[in-house]
Amino acid sequence: MEARIAGQRVRAALRSAATAGLICSVPVLQGCALSDAPVLFPKGPIALAERDLLFTAFGIMMIVAIPAILLTLLFAWRYRKRTRNTADYAPEWDGSWGIEAVVWLVPAAIVVVIGTIVWDATHRLDPYKPLAADKPAFKVQAVALDWKWLFLYPELGTASVNELAFPADRPLTIEITSDTVMNSLMIPALGGQIYAMAGMRSEMNLIADGPGTFNGRNTMYSGDGFSDQHFKAHAMSEADFAAWKEKVTGAADVLDAKAYVDLHKQSVADPVRYYSSFETDLFSIILRKYAPIVGPYESKAAELICRGAV
Amino acid sequence: MLGRLTVEALPFYSWVAMGGAAVTVGGGIAVFLLITWLRAWKVLWTDWLTSVDHKKIGIMYVVLALVMLVRGFVDALMMRAQQAFSLNSEGYLPPEHFEQIFSSHGTIMIFFVAMPFLTGLINIIVPQQIGARDVAFPFLNSVSLWMTAAGAALVLISLVVGKFSQAGWTGYPPYSGVEYSPGVGVDYWLWALITSGVGSTLSGINFIVTIVKNRCPGMTFMRMPMFTWTTLCISILIAFSFPALTVVAGQLTLDRTLGFHFFTNGDGGNMMMFANLLWIWGHPEVYILILPAFGIFSEVVATFSRKRLFGYTSLVYATACIALLSFTVWLHHFFTMGSSANVNAIFGIATMIIAVPTGVKIFDWLFTMYKGRIEFHPSMVYTIGFMVTFVIGGVTGVLLALPPADYLMHNSTFLVAHFHNMLIPGALFGYFAGLNYWFPKAFGFKLDTKWGIRSFWCWIIGFYLAFMPLYVLGFKGMSRRMEHYADPTWQPYLIVAAIGALFVLCGIACIAIQLYVSARKWGSARDITGDPWNGRTLEWATSSPPAPYNFAVLPEVTDIDAFHDMKILGQAYQPPQHYEDIVMPKNTWIGPALGALAFALGFAFVWYIWWLVALCFVLSLVCVGIRASDDNSEFVLPAAEVARIERERLAQISPADMHDMHDYVPRGAASGAPLTGTV
Amino acid sequence: MSAATILEEEQKHALHSREFGFWIYLMTDAVIFALLFASYAVLAENSAAGPTSNDLFDLSRTAIETGLLLVSSLTFGMASIALMHDQKGRVVQWLFVTLLLGLAFLAMEMGEFGGMIEKGAGPEVSGFLSAFFTLVGTHGLHVAFGSLGIVVMIGQVLVKGLTAPVRSRLMRLGLFWHFLDIVWIGIFSAVYLPGVL
Repeated sequence: MEARIAGQRVRAALRSAATAGLICSVPVLQGCALSDAPVLFPKGPIALAERDLLFTAFGIMMIVAIPAILLTLLFAWRYRKRTRNTADYAPEWDGSWGIEAVVWLVPAAIVVVIGTIVWDATHRLDPYKPLAADKPAFKVQAVALDWKWLFLYPELGTASVNELAFPADRPLTIEITSDTVMNSLMIPALGGQIYAMAGMRSEMNLIADGPGTFNGRNTMYSGDGFSDQHFKAHAMSEADFAAWKEKVTGAADVLDAKAYVDLHKQSVADPVRYYSSFETDLFSIILRKYAPIVGPYESKAAELICRGAV
Repeated sequence: MLGRLTVEALPFYSWVAMGGAAVTVGGGIAVFLLITWLRAWKVLWTDWLTSVDHKKIGIMYVVLALVMLVRGFVDALMMRAQQAFSLNSEGYLPPEHFEQIFSSHGTIMIFFVAMPFLTGLINIIVPQQIGARDVAFPFLNSVSLWMTAAGAALVLISLVVGKFSQAGWTGYPPYSGVEYSPGVGVDYWLWALITSGVGSTLSGINFIVTIVKNRCPGMTFMRMPMFTWTTLCISILIAFSFPALTVVAGQLTLDRTLGFHFFTNGDGGNMMMFANLLWIWGHPEVYILILPAFGIFSEVVATFSRKRLFGYTSLVYATACIALLSFTVWLHHFFTMGSSANVNAIFGIATMIIAVPTGVKIFDWLFTMYKGRIEFHPSMVYTIGFMVTFVIGGVTGVLLALPPADYLMHNSTFLVAHFHNMLIPGALFGYFAGLNYWFPKAFGFKLDTKWGIRSFWCWIIGFYLAFMPLYVLGFKGMSRRMEHYADPTWQPYLIVAAIGALFVLCGIACIAIQLYVSARKWGSARDITGDPWNGRTLEWATSSPPAPYNFAVLPEVTDIDAFHDMKILGQAYQPPQHYEDIVMPKNTWIGPALGALAFALGFAFVWYIWWLVALCFVLSLVCVGIRASDDNSEFVLPAAEVARIERERLAQISPADMHDMHDYVPRGAASGAPLTGTV
Repeated sequence: MSAATILEEEQKHALHSREFGFWIYLMTDAVIFALLFASYAVLAENSAAGPTSNDLFDLSRTAIETGLLLVSSLTFGMASIALMHDQKGRVVQWLFVTLLLGLAFLAMEMGEFGGMIEKGAGPEVSGFLSAFFTLVGTHGLHVAFGSLGIVVMIGQVLVKGLTAPVRSRLMRLGLFWHFLDIVWIGIFSAVYLPGVL
């Protein structure tokens, strides 16, 4: 009797759950198609390989996950207590070598398979690994600031804030550091992320499928302006990039040591800014600002940047 | 005189701050008035606060956890509400408040909900499961409780005096360093961690010794109930891992207070060391939270499937494997720090290996249900909900363990969804199952099952609604901890997540109603035998609530399901030949005093009130000294008194109250033995 | 069984548990030291603009400190032997000698710290010095607590005599003291020796 009531209760609850689920799924189904999800539909081979790894591992794990979920529900239903129960009952049955072997060995085999894939993938997709391509990589230096990103283009001699541009047909090598707390640079459509840490240089190698504009941001919480610390990354065709280069080289602002000290101050949601040139060796000066071993400053500019004031 | 404590620390600078302070102070005053109105201060002090009885200490732990669960959940609700509305706008919470809220939510849920909840259940049950009269160090147990409470009090007081940390629950430097977070917030966080961490370490030591030294005759290691096994494993984990928390919190405190350079930008600091040390504690901590719940599920699934636990040996080894492996995977919390591919790959594979014993456990519970007679008691329903949901969390966990995939998902809401997917079903559902399962043991009456089932449905629906959208948002590139955002396609998901939080609110309300309703009909739901569910392990052999000494005569054990066998053999509820005197620990004021001093010490450190620091330190030493020189901390409960209590109990039990054991085929020596209970 | 005997039985069991528990406590303490050693190893080269270990460490002073601590372990051992022979006076004497050696060690260490801070090599100067002061200072703090423990135990021996609980406490304090000795040997060989070589 009690069991039947319990069964009814479960059924009633299931019904209400289903209703609630339906009601709530409406807004999800309306206008939030996933085609714009950068992780699922990436725009570069690195992100694509990372996503494929995600899908492969997910698929392999379903070998264990789906039986586990289905058997749980099945057993819970089949062996529920009720008045006239035809299901077997074996209160003393507490072990089986066969089952034990399967539940230990099958997951272990899956781990071996995924482990092999991961070993290979981790090496193949190491963010530090230069990408093979016909053309040489386009090098950019990124500096995390509160709360904006500064990009230096050694090849062009220019700099930009909160906007990254690069030729779409060349691999992109980003050298990364921070002149504030720990940050993490990510352009989800192109690939993963890596931390930016003061006094340390990290690196990421990416490549885009073709011209396009992608979102990039700091993913590591860093304080009040964190939510607005994002930027657009433009992979540009040759002509567009030449035009962009023209625009930036013609900019009125120059990122000398003094301008950098100003830029370094905390600010939220900065507009895009361009600098026609930047202080010599700016990136290495920012790196050595926090280096554990310090010596005399190599220049007045270095001293200004490292001390924040003269 | 008052260090850096000034009038400005009072929360008159914003409505949100004033609201939080008003609720905290109001709640405190309400409790104070209620106790005064009930004239309960004396009883509270002599019977509860100064108690060293493990059952009472356990109950106080669980009460602390439930109170803090409400506080931590209010934080969650506020965050969900903020993100549901803050598309291209500031929402209703400025960053400063939003940041304090997500920091305190994590801190509270881990340190002041999960830890006290599991410690409380362990305290109430484990000594009874091993047939012991008490824990090895009853006084130390009281100190542990009050240290934890002191930490919780520090978090609560930060709402009223000053601010809480804005650096997230993991408090990564340099952001949490004094240069970027100069206020008192991070200091509150640190001292809350240090005090409660010391409490947990002492608990860990206490339960290792209890389980190793205090088992009843015949209870070999391989006859211990699974919950005791998981407790032993996590106690060892606590003893090995919490020192790392103490070290890392101590170093950050030195950085902040005395200008050291462990984790600073520049001057030779190294922030990567913080991440390593924190997660050397942090990853075992995940298993410290989850393994006891696994223990509870093991007990519940066997009891309510009316079967022996499937694969006991396998479960024991799986638990031990998980405990051991939990120390080898900490680096997976920061694959994106730029380690070499070899290092990342090794830690990724080590992480995946943990999935094997975890999967084994799921299947062992599954096959315990197989050919059983499953009753849908709230504990069992929570267990089934856990098994289904936890598998999903395990799958996403393995995905995050693949370093290249983690590069995509790290710091995203996918990660947030993953660890809530582990901790809500994997830990909290277990504790709720334990609450429903063992409540009669602690209080002598059963909890209402109707409201228990309702709470489950609210929780599980709320969980799926709140966290499945976060998985999707992770794919859409949403980072965690965002106070507002600019992508309109995120908002529908965040609204669904907020609706999920409302369901969880209903779940918490159901638990409150369940407690209220059950207390109202106390008389009708009394547990007379001490064994309301036809349980299998020794804690059901005692009365509900148990006598202070648990067992008048220590039981002797020959198999895993000791009490189940006793019932089949007709040995349960039999008076012994004679009773003996029992040595009991005396209550002591030193536990709560040390807790109060720890609170004052932390508070004084936070505000730089150095004379108070010194005073509290000296007074603590005096307390410890007094206790260390006291050789008179026990008393003898005479055999006559024991006999009176036991006779009174046995007189109440009629054969009609006992469980019918005919369903269980007697085996081995039990064959043909008399069966108790009605036919 | 009378109340007295049952109390005694229970006490024996409790003391047993305490000794086992104390070993576990020592293990947690060992983990703390292990991590402080690791922190030092990470930061040892990070002397920033400040002095390096070569500029600061003085092996002869450290050798004397090491000697003091090693001999104090020996004298505590003598106290333990006296305890076995139930020689209350001897126990107190040896404990007193141990206490003096411990205090002498502490005085030398404080002198060393004071000298360093005076020279502008305090813990706030660099990561290396932060790690050094924290590791060595934590050990020193333990020695200070150990010394306090010895004072309390001398008092207990004199007031209570060599009862079972007092014996057990002395034994545990001895473990603690020898443990500190081992940690110091670690400090000597992982901090001071490589620092000057």
